[in-house]
Amino acid sequence: MSIDMNQFLQTFFEESFEGLDDMENGLLNMTAGEPDVEQLNDIFRAAHSIKGGAGTFGLNSVTDLTHKLETLLDRLREGESEVTTDGINLLLASVDCLRSLLQAERDGTEADPQQAADITTRLAAMVDADDDDGSSDGNAGDDAGSSATADDGSGPGGGWRIGFTPEPHLFMTGNDPLRLLEELSELGEIQVSCDSSSLPALPDLDPEECVLSWTIDLYGDVERQAIEEVFEWVEDDCSLTIEPLEPAGGDTTTAAPETAPEPEAASAGEPAGDDAHQKPAQQSSGGNASTSSSIRVDTGKIDNLIDMVGELVITQSMLNELGENFTMDKLEKLQDGLAQLERNTRELQENVMRIRMVPISFAYSRLPRMVHDLMRQLGKKVDLQLNGEETELDKTVMEKIIDPLVHLVRNAMDHGIEPPEKRAELGKPETGTLEMNAYHKGGYIVIEINDDGGGISRDRLLNKAREAGLMENGSELSDEQVFDFIFHPGLSTHDEATDVSGRGVGMDVVKRNIKALGGNITVNSTPGKGTRFAIHLPLTLSILDGQLFRVGDQVYVVPLISIMESLQMQGGKIKRMAGTSELYEWRDDYIPIIRLRELFNEAGGGDLENELMVVVEEDDRYVGLHVDELLGQQQVVIKSLKSNYRPVTGFAGATILGNGTVALILDIAGLLELAQARDEVLTKGANN
Amino acid sequence: MSESASDKTNSVATTQQDAALQGTVGDGDQYLTFTLGDEEYGVDILRVQEIRAWDTATPIPNTPPYVKGVINMRGTIVPVVDLRERFGMETLEYTQFTVVVLVKVIHGNRERIMGLIVDALSEVYGINEDQLRPPPEFGTVIRTDFIRGLATMEDKMVIVLDVDSLLGEDAGVGGDGD
Repeated sequence: MSIDMNQFLQTFFEESFEGLDDMENGLLNMTAGEPDVEQLNDIFRAAHSIKGGAGTFGLNSVTDLTHKLETLLDRLREGESEVTTDGINLLLASVDCLRSLLQAERDGTEADPQQAADITTRLAAMVDADDDDGSSDGNAGDDAGSSATADDGSGPGGGWRIGFTPEPHLFMTGNDPLRLLEELSELGEIQVSCDSSSLPALPDLDPEECVLSWTIDLYGDVERQAIEEVFEWVEDDCSLTIEPLEPAGGDTTTAAPETAPEPEAASAGEPAGDDAHQKPAQQSSGGNASTSSSIRVDTGKIDNLIDMVGELVITQSMLNELGENFTMDKLEKLQDGLAQLERNTRELQENVMRIRMVPISFAYSRLPRMVHDLMRQLGKKVDLQLNGEETELDKTVMEKIIDPLVHLVRNAMDHGIEPPEKRAELGKPETGTLEMNAYHKGGYIVIEINDDGGGISRDRLLNKAREAGLMENGSELSDEQVFDFIFHPGLSTHDEATDVSGRGVGMDVVKRNIKALGGNITVNSTPGKGTRFAIHLPLTLSILDGQLFRVGDQVYVVPLISIMESLQMQGGKIKRMAGTSELYEWRDDYIPIIRLRELFNEAGGGDLENELMVVVEEDDRYVGLHVDELLGQQQVVIKSLKSNYRPVTGFAGATILGNGTVALILDIAGLLELAQARDEVLTKGANN
Repeated sequence: MSESASDKTNSVATTQQDAALQGTVGDGDQYLTFTLGDEEYGVDILRVQEIRAWDTATPIPNTPPYVKGVINMRGTIVPVVDLRERFGMETLEYTQFTVVVLVKVIHGNRERIMGLIVDALSEVYGINEDQLRPPPEFGTVIRTDFIRGLATMEDKMVIVLDVDSLLGEDAGVGGDGD
């Protein structure tokens, strides 16, 4: 085929992974012995789409495995086999295997062939085992299909007779029989006869239906596969027979006894979800190179946006008219109009932001499977409740929050919830509850993870913290401060490390990841009752609450979340070290003062007394930034510096202020780096 | 403030249009030329995104001095480079004729928009590839790989710049700009 298939590959992978997620969810919701036909259909459709796509892209390992999977699913669907727990687990394992196969294909790495072979054997074994119980029709047809394909791998030399009877809706799928015929003619000499017997009288003719069928004799030494490739896009929308042509030109008009059933159709039955996977792939040709990420947007959101732009246009033309012959008595109208414009713009902004928002169910989707597996592994019983699935957050935030969530759920399963026996002893229900909540609060999304397990022992945590030298003896700490220790690297209250967790690695990573997203995590626990983690995340990474301030002539923005306090420096609290570095006494601590004027190469220095300082925190380090003037606080839209320039140390990006000028947004971590580098230069100078 | 800026932009745009309306001189690929002192420089007109009058830029601390800062180009942040300083020429006070030419720079597989601060706009010339003379190998302070070639237009020498190599490394992630 002349189409460059690679451009669709990305879409195929995305859709396949989504399909696998759907299959997984469906399987997890299935109970042994009570098959839900609807659900089985969904799973089947997902598998079929993947198979179709994989076939198109020539990913044979995926096609083979999905094919076996389909066979089993089909039998379950038809009620020919029982849905057993083993069966479900095997299907889940197949989903995993498919996922790793697809991942390997996507990343260009080698998948473990043994795993796939293993699963294939087990699937076949399960189908065969059921066969012994009785019906065997679907399977037999399938075997015939595959053996026929195998036998006819190479052409017999004489050529092929191809019977091509498209479904009436062929044109709807964007396929043109003529093109297929032309493509066949490229393979060799062809003779085509058209069967127009089903052609209705002209008044009854629906020009959008394909009522013709063709018999094509293709002469020459052609591989059967080459012919199948021609029909690849339409194979589900037609009935196709490919038979070897008798070299002598014998009696081929009678139905050949060994009509090879078209392998796809033999097992697939009615491929309801099939068009769905091919058409989007064909249409997405506008999509970019494989690296670009894409997002699926609810059409409702886009319609909303269009409405809003419409309103904006109306407001604009109203203002235009008003401005053309403006007199002072229309002032009030003008103000109304401007207010409306502001409202429109704000709504538009909110809605555009909403396009990037996806429901948190994306992040949730991985959890049921994990809990299911962990229950078996740990021998615990857990009821996972997912609430607030519709809560939306930015796609980028979502992608980055999945790992921390998975980690927290693992922890809760491993350390939090007790084994059933112990729970029974304690008078708790044997099945523990793990509850996830997600909701919006202010400009933040809050994700809570509650378990009704053993909780965290405050005393034990305190002891551990003391052992690790994280705190001094005797100092009184609030519960919040104590529980915060679990985010400290290297601190685990679990005495034995397990496969699942307990090495004290991870919680600090969790916290760091969440901080990197501009969020925060808190923990609260009651021994014996359970633990509650609450994650606060900004709704989007593209807007932040900022504090504006001035240094020299320039306005800068610092993220509000990093600010601990803004204060006017008192002379007595400014200390010096080695004559140059300046420290400030702040909350029983000495924090370094960074003169931003100096760091930004602006002129001026002088006495710091009564000057303004913004105390910021980064990774548990506190520094005071000396600024010239504090301006307002406002939400700013983060714009990248590196998209047209390059990353600049000390700045997270830039934003455009109300007056159209650009203000840089500080990146505290980078700023500390800058200050450190500058100090090193200074020290070198001093020590030489 | 924004109004006066757009006025100025308009007037600049008109200058350019005028040049275009008068008919381009010569045929072949079109180059927009501008001046730095007495010298005339050209860039491929297809790379020119926008031309605007100089307005303040927000300086970025700790960047090379010829990077005058960033400006807001219809919602995107674009760095502007003073071409005189980039070439090590004597600097000039910015005036009402000082112009920022926003050009598309392709470096590696990335496309960026960057602004060039120049003294004034000049002409649009059509220059054929065969009219381009190679730059002298020495005797120039401008690195020769920044120059695509020299062309003679109406008795003037036009230095045709290669914006990709000129600005590419300024935008490079690790590059220190020189």
